[in-house]
Amino acid sequence: MNLETLHADERAQLVLGLLFGIAFGFLLQKGGVTTYAVIMGQLLLTDFTVFRIMASAVATGLIGFHLLKHAGIVRSHVRDASLGSNVIGGLIFGLGFGLLGYCPGTVAGAVGQGSLDALFGGVIGLLIGTGIFAELYPSLNRSILSWKPVEKKTVPELLGLPEWIVVAGGVVLIVLILLLLDMFGL
Amino acid sequence: MNGFLALPLWSPYITGICIGLLSILAFVLSDRPIGCSTAFVKTQGLIERCFRGEKVGNKEYYQKVTPRVDWQFMIIPGIIIGAFLSSFLSGSFAIGIVPPLWADRFGDTPALRILVALAGGILLGVGSRWAGGCTSGHGISGTLQLSVGSILSALCFFIGGIATAMILFGRIA
Repeated sequence: MNLETLHADERAQLVLGLLFGIAFGFLLQKGGVTTYAVIMGQLLLTDFTVFRIMASAVATGLIGFHLLKHAGIVRSHVRDASLGSNVIGGLIFGLGFGLLGYCPGTVAGAVGQGSLDALFGGVIGLLIGTGIFAELYPSLNRSILSWKPVEKKTVPELLGLPEWIVVAGGVVLIVLILLLLDMFGL
Repeated sequence: MNGFLALPLWSPYITGICIGLLSILAFVLSDRPIGCSTAFVKTQGLIERCFRGEKVGNKEYYQKVTPRVDWQFMIIPGIIIGAFLSSFLSGSFAIGIVPPLWADRFGDTPALRILVALAGGILLGVGSRWAGGCTSGHGISGTLQLSVGSILSALCFFIGGIATAMILFGRIA
């Protein structure tokens, strides 16, 4: 089966999207991060489960993605970046993250395990919030979203280092941080 | 195998490695980074279209993110099903409205919890679209591609989240 044919097959992609969602939701719930106390524990810096999961996912993905990219099997999806979009949007997101205690993926997982605050607060709020953003988008797009664009879009470009060194360095850094967390009993 | 699937909790490292592999598989089979916040825009646009008709498609943002049932849309119903299956298999599925940690600090009035969750959800919706992604889209899929914008966003998600949580729970004097 040709991968490009598969990518263009809308019906197959619909089924794949559902399957990826199911697997992702299953893993988020098994990892414990669909639970309010676990996410808030991370934000209160008393429980590092969220960090451990994200860091091991990124380390695994860093190696696999870049090997496959090198082999020409996957392509890069790095998006345009700017301080106005990524930093300001990120901080607004963080404020909501702390108030809700779930993020857009884990809020859906929390709904699946029966947490009604995630459904009536989180999901409804997210729908209202994205609606507000769609309304504001034309004026934001012409002003703040493009404020201070980031010219060098990837870390290897930014550091001026070969990709494989940054990948290896990133994985070593992640493993070291995880070992330190264990050492300090966090 | 059944016993493993029925465990209430997996090691965060095993979970993380599996999510990393899943993310790679999404790049291979679907040529897409796994992300969750786009689905909410699409759902919102589809709902809005029910009330306001086809002209919703003329909105500038909906020309960028088309409101339709597609791969990105399906992620969210998938997550709900997957989390339900996982919690059902381990017997941890439970209907609840006020999380115990919240109740310890703010009491068990559902209205207060829902109100704050709603405010949080709205900010999350605005912020995720403003930043162009969420904890999965930027935090995992973007970061593993070494995207500077994604790493910047992920840092800000946690800086903002930690500050808010610390103030909310009185950890900052």
